[in-house]
Amino acid sequence: MDNILQIKDLTKFYGSIPAVDHLSFDVKEGEVFGFLGPNGAGKTTTIRMMVGLTQPSSGTAWIDGHDVIKDPVEVKKTIGLVPETSNLYGELTSFENLIYQAELYGVPRKERKDRALQLLEEFGLKEHLEKPFQKLSRGLKRRLTIAAALIHHPKILFLDEPTTGLDVMSARGLRKLILDAKKKGLTIFLTTHYIPEAETLCDRIAIIVKGKIRIIDTSENIKSQVKETEILEIGLDRVSENLKGLLISLDGVERVLIDENRIRFHTKRLDQVTSPIMKSLEEHGAIIRSINTLTPTLEDAFVKLTGLDSELMKIDKPVKGGPES
Amino acid sequence: MNEEIKKSYFIAKKDMGTYYLKPPLISWGLMLPIVFVFAFYFRNPMGIKEVVPGLIGMTLLFSCTSMAAIVITFEKRIGALERLLLAPLDIRTILFGKTLGSTLFGLIITFCITIFLIPIMGLSVKHLFSFVFIIILSGLAFSLLGILISVGVKEVFEAMTMSNFFRFPMIFLCGVFFPVSVMPYPLPILSYLLPLTYSVDGLKHCLSEDKGMIPLYLDLLILLGFTFLLFSLSLFIFKKRIRQEF
Repeated sequence: MDNILQIKDLTKFYGSIPAVDHLSFDVKEGEVFGFLGPNGAGKTTTIRMMVGLTQPSSGTAWIDGHDVIKDPVEVKKTIGLVPETSNLYGELTSFENLIYQAELYGVPRKERKDRALQLLEEFGLKEHLEKPFQKLSRGLKRRLTIAAALIHHPKILFLDEPTTGLDVMSARGLRKLILDAKKKGLTIFLTTHYIPEAETLCDRIAIIVKGKIRIIDTSENIKSQVKETEILEIGLDRVSENLKGLLISLDGVERVLIDENRIRFHTKRLDQVTSPIMKSLEEHGAIIRSINTLTPTLEDAFVKLTGLDSELMKIDKPVKGGPES
Repeated sequence: MNEEIKKSYFIAKKDMGTYYLKPPLISWGLMLPIVFVFAFYFRNPMGIKEVVPGLIGMTLLFSCTSMAAIVITFEKRIGALERLLLAPLDIRTILFGKTLGSTLFGLIITFCITIFLIPIMGLSVKHLFSFVFIIILSGLAFSLLGILISVGVKEVFEAMTMSNFFRFPMIFLCGVFFPVSVMPYPLPILSYLLPLTYSVDGLKHCLSEDKGMIPLYLDLLILLGFTFLLFSLSLFIFKKRIRQEF
């Protein structure tokens, strides 16, 4: 597969702070490439530089052979961007919004109507075609914004946090639409801070923290970074505040993660640490409800590679102004 | 080139259809000029004849600048301006589209007021082509002035307030209500620096026996110069703000 997107030393400084720090990577034609990182990692800044909305401090990117700095208009013809905020025109109907986008992107007059109707059909919006954008639900707004980004048949679609703020069903429906678009051969560059979303949708994932890429690989290969680690999950009736500190000090325990009433112990010596853990829990009066051994997940690999608490990844960025509801 | 003009037209058409009912536009771009016209008419129905060119110029000023304030600041606020910047458009196409939408809105409002005023006052248009060109060039210059003011602010009300800093002094300095020639020094110098002065002067040539302060062709040339100057200045500021804000 050819590379449709190439990035070389892309850097952005805000004052003296590097938001994006010398990124270099390629994206292959037809793949779903995920940019996974917590809020403030530099995901959106990277996308904005690639699509010509933000000027890089140094470095550049090529999309379909066009330099994003020297040839921004040609680049914009080959890309579609779905920003974090669904920012179509509130007063225009779904159909009018698509027609307007088609006009701006130079879709021939005789094709505009058919293309708009086709996208409304594909995205399950046909019954809402006469409804103003501002009256659509958040999930439908998101769908229409993606449809608008596809109106001119782009070669690569950039999706910036596509499911943030959506309810479970809307997010699920949207993920299916993204996979359908991939099946049709569209290259997708996706940013997300939801680890399961990256794992479900992406062929390759780049983990980015503080403007730097920690790893780029398939989900399976990233997980293999923690293959020697075993995980013991113990369910308790309740977890007290001081328990974590006591448990991490146990010999052979590398990491302790607490999720509500479940504690996960990461270790390379499961057979040796299980008894001391149980003993310690009993000594502290904890009532054990369940015991499981788990295979390491992408979340475990993420935590190991970044040193970040995976809880950080569950925090949504506040939604900026815009016609969202 | 043709494609870019077409895209500017699409931007203008969308702006016209989307924003004409926005409250700040109705109050500043439509109601205020109408109130001024009626206030002058009811105060002295025959005396209004002298200020008709000024009222037409003022209507154009308020309607074009108000629409410009809406199409820039409102779209910045909802993030829609970003959509335009993402489309494969030259920045000049976007600026021209925004200017065109504001100008067309101003022309429609001014046309409605003009067709009401001219027959009632028994006025006739002496130089129809010059009259049309003055209106169009003034509309473009005022729209660009509105864009220049609005591009630096975030909210519609800020843009309207900033615009009023320019608009109200302009209607007193540019011969709308009383001739520039009777103003005390140094006010005429300020008048000569403002485009509305040449709009009103040109309209006086076209609608009354007044010979104006300068020949009609000079009014047209100066307005053309203002249009180019304001377009270049707006383009420069627009690009600069985009670099800062995006």
